[in-house]
Amino acid sequence: MTDTPTTPTPPVDPEVRPVKVEPPSPAAASSSPVVLKRKTSAAKSRSLWGDAWEIMRRRPLFWIAAALIFVFLVMTVFPQLFTSKDPGYCNLSLARVGPGDGAVFGYDAQGCDVWARTVYGARASILVGLLTALVTAVVGGLLGMLAGYLGGWVDVVLSRLADIFFAIPLLLGAIVLMYSIPSSVDSPMMWFVLKVVLAMMIFGWPPIFRLMRSSVLQVKPNEYVLAARALGAGPLHVVGSHILPNALTPVIVVSTIDLGGYIVTESTLSFLGIGLPDTVMSWGRAIARASELGLIRQVPHMLLFPALFLCLTVLSFILMGEVVRDALDPKLR
Amino acid sequence: MGKYVIRRLLQMIPTLLGATLLIYWLNFSLPGDPTAGRCGERPCSPTYVAWFNHEYNLDKPFVVQYLLYLGKVVQGDLGTDFYNHSVLHELAIRYPTTLKLALIAVLFEVVVGLIAGIWSGMRQGKFADTFVTVVTLLLISMPVFVLGGLAQLIFGIRLKWFPVTAGATAGFYELLMPGLVLGALSLAYATRLTRTSLVENLRADYVRTARAKGLSRFRTIGIHTLRNSLLPVVTYVGGSIGALMGGAIVTERIFNVNGVGSYIYRSINQKDGVGLVGSITCLVLVFLIVNLIVDVLYSVLDPRISHD
Repeated sequence: MTDTPTTPTPPVDPEVRPVKVEPPSPAAASSSPVVLKRKTSAAKSRSLWGDAWEIMRRRPLFWIAAALIFVFLVMTVFPQLFTSKDPGYCNLSLARVGPGDGAVFGYDAQGCDVWARTVYGARASILVGLLTALVTAVVGGLLGMLAGYLGGWVDVVLSRLADIFFAIPLLLGAIVLMYSIPSSVDSPMMWFVLKVVLAMMIFGWPPIFRLMRSSVLQVKPNEYVLAARALGAGPLHVVGSHILPNALTPVIVVSTIDLGGYIVTESTLSFLGIGLPDTVMSWGRAIARASELGLIRQVPHMLLFPALFLCLTVLSFILMGEVVRDALDPKLR
Repeated sequence: MGKYVIRRLLQMIPTLLGATLLIYWLNFSLPGDPTAGRCGERPCSPTYVAWFNHEYNLDKPFVVQYLLYLGKVVQGDLGTDFYNHSVLHELAIRYPTTLKLALIAVLFEVVVGLIAGIWSGMRQGKFADTFVTVVTLLLISMPVFVLGGLAQLIFGIRLKWFPVTAGATAGFYELLMPGLVLGALSLAYATRLTRTSLVENLRADYVRTARAKGLSRFRTIGIHTLRNSLLPVVTYVGGSIGALMGGAIVTERIFNVNGVGSYIYRSINQKDGVGLVGSITCLVLVFLIVNLIVDVLYSVLDPRISHD
């Protein structure tokens, strides 16, 4: 799988390829806030991200995605701002009542308020998505950096390892891992969240690893890296101040797009009954319960509202990642 | 060419060994109890645990365990599941259904994905392009189980176009809706990939030359551009088989299709580790072989890749 171009399976967007990054000049990085205001005269000295910001802020999609992400993040931290109801309070006599007075989204099969449970369900899904994207980027990025920078046998070993992990489709691997790590019903929420994060990280790092490795290999032969080395800079300095800033951009973009995919995978695992348990409120479990055939027929609003929130969250992260990628891609300028 | 195929086959061996080792290690060496679901809700008796550990060689050192397991897999023995049926036999009676489902999904993905991708790539920036972009984005943001539930609700229950569930003996018609749902996500990616790569190639010099020579629009796009544009799509479709396998578990559960996916789902819920590991090992093998075929196909389609 090494000598022919392979395209990663979803959630990685197949269109993503390493963004070629021009080295930002040190002067531009420090003075970027000032430069930003002078749009026309200083076009050449802007930093990469300054340039990207100029393009992004004119695109409505960027603002829509940013607003949605902001709302969902607030919902993750302060769910009580969005509902005054207790999501754990359920009244069986209200079971299956449709949307109406007092309950915008209606009640589910146990008589719980669907809106309140949907709002509180944001926390688990978004936490899993954010943590997985972060951990995967760190692990895949670090290993990719090592392989690309050191080369030699380190590169060979790490690349073969990545091949092995890449050969197992994300969802299938995560199923085996989730199945094998035992947990009891009364474990705290964070335990389940971290377990899902671990499962997805273990099978999700190879694409990031490959991306980082190829970015480092692209940056390494440049003259300024050679110059830094010739001037006696140690490997840590070279990596930290010359290679990392240039190789990091594609990883950030891909991780943002992948974040949506991780939320989907988590909810799929929860839907199958081995992700988050029923004791943790999550969209995946809510949709799984609503998908029982009798309920779909009688109480479709139980399915529609958590599904809507889930799709909107995934969509907003994917959109954000793509807008940023387009803005950073010099080919489209 | 033959050399290339042999080299790719040899390269596949370490990956194959590594992947099976990983799955085996995850299932039998992590702290979880491998006999957890073998005796129903109760814990198993010490006699049974001892027998199980002996039968699956869990009382031996790990390397020996794995090698013995591998030997059995090579002979086609994936162990016996909760019902004391051979896992391989259970998979053998289910795979035709899953294969049909996957064929519908892949056909849908390739045919509709290519047409929509080419259509929107040729009408770049116009209504068709925006429409296709919006629809693919919606499909990408929708997990399979949401799409499946919605399809059941709209096309099965409200419009009554398709049966809501497929049942035990599912024919082509019963599998059509599950197949379309399964293929939808990969379809969206295939469409976008076709569009991007077509748009990129349309700007290439050789396309401008072809136009300048006075070739018709159909010939420029159909013959000159498309062949190059479709190369990444071929690779993508191979890789998407992995996502389809995961998706099949969900789709088969929603639509009650009796295939490999629902067998995996049953194994998960009955805590049947032997059944789970056996079937997932099988799927990973199929995935690797499909990707090998795609790689070889790719090198046939793209003469720039050397075969040495």
